[in-house]
Amino acid sequence: MQEIKGEDYIVIYNPETESISFQGELTLGGPSEYQPIKDLLEQVVESETSAVTLDLLKLEFLNSSGISMLSKFMLKVKNEKNIKVTILGSNDVPWQSKSIKNFKRLLPSAELKID
Amino acid sequence: MNEVYGDFIEDLYSVDNDDSLVLTFSPSSRPIKQRWRNNRLSAHFVADYLATFFPVSDEDPSSERRKKQAKGAVSYGANELLENAMKFHNNDALNCKVHFGIHLIEKPEIKVVLFVINSLSEEQMIKLKDFIQQLNENDPDEFYIMQLEKSAENDDDEGSGLGLLTMINDYEATLGWKFGEFSSNPQILTVTTMAQIPV
Repeated sequence: MQEIKGEDYIVIYNPETESISFQGELTLGGPSEYQPIKDLLEQVVESETSAVTLDLLKLEFLNSSGISMLSKFMLKVKNEKNIKVTILGSNDVPWQSKSIKNFKRLLPSAELKID
Repeated sequence: MNEVYGDFIEDLYSVDNDDSLVLTFSPSSRPIKQRWRNNRLSAHFVADYLATFFPVSDEDPSSERRKKQAKGAVSYGANELLENAMKFHNNDALNCKVHFGIHLIEKPEIKVVLFVINSLSEEQMIKLKDFIQQLNENDPDEFYIMQLEKSAENDDDEGSGLGLLTMINDYEATLGWKFGEFSSNPQILTVTTMAQIPV
């Protein structure tokens, strides 16, 4: 297990389930502050894995810099990697009901599982 | 100097009987990191404030959901506007503060008006005007992807205006800007960014 923790959020990578879970409220100030999370995502796709799950179910709030980080991750997978991305989300979380569909647009092979 | 672009309500406070709230910040008074978290807390605060005016009916189970969606839209939009304002505000302009306001308009349809006033450099003003022009010339959905792809080539670039573009594309917001001058000697330029979000 690997963790990145801030005051109001935690990102946990579980290699056994090949999933990265985002929890809390994530509003960091731009690309440099998102770098550790971006590095973790890239480390996971660079490993031998053939699939990864992004579990956003408990991510209550995400700013546009965070959406941008995840969007760029989708573009990177689309352009460079042949791995299966599954995104777990919830329509009960307002930002997800509005914006989560964009990830699938950027990476059409992604599977979107919405509660 | 007063220049207005986009969908901007000039006489917001002459609208009768609408409720509003304005918060004032001195961005130079605290380290930016501490301030950053404050953006989100302020955004949630104004969303909660708004929610008290939002009608919820026991007979209509969808109204509770609609209220939650409205709060989410206000939190997201308010946080983006505050983040932009804090990022661009010129800290040397000591007396010029950042003002953030929320205003609920109930007629002809229910919408929330969010606005933020901050100072900015001349260079940033030119960039912003260029962004506004590109926004006018492009489909916002395609423009969003374009900005994202452009920024994907550079790790430090998060893509200009992605926050504003998500508000347009995902929240059906309309945006407007007003450029003005806080003082002429020394010259301190200001911009009011206004977002109107149907809820």
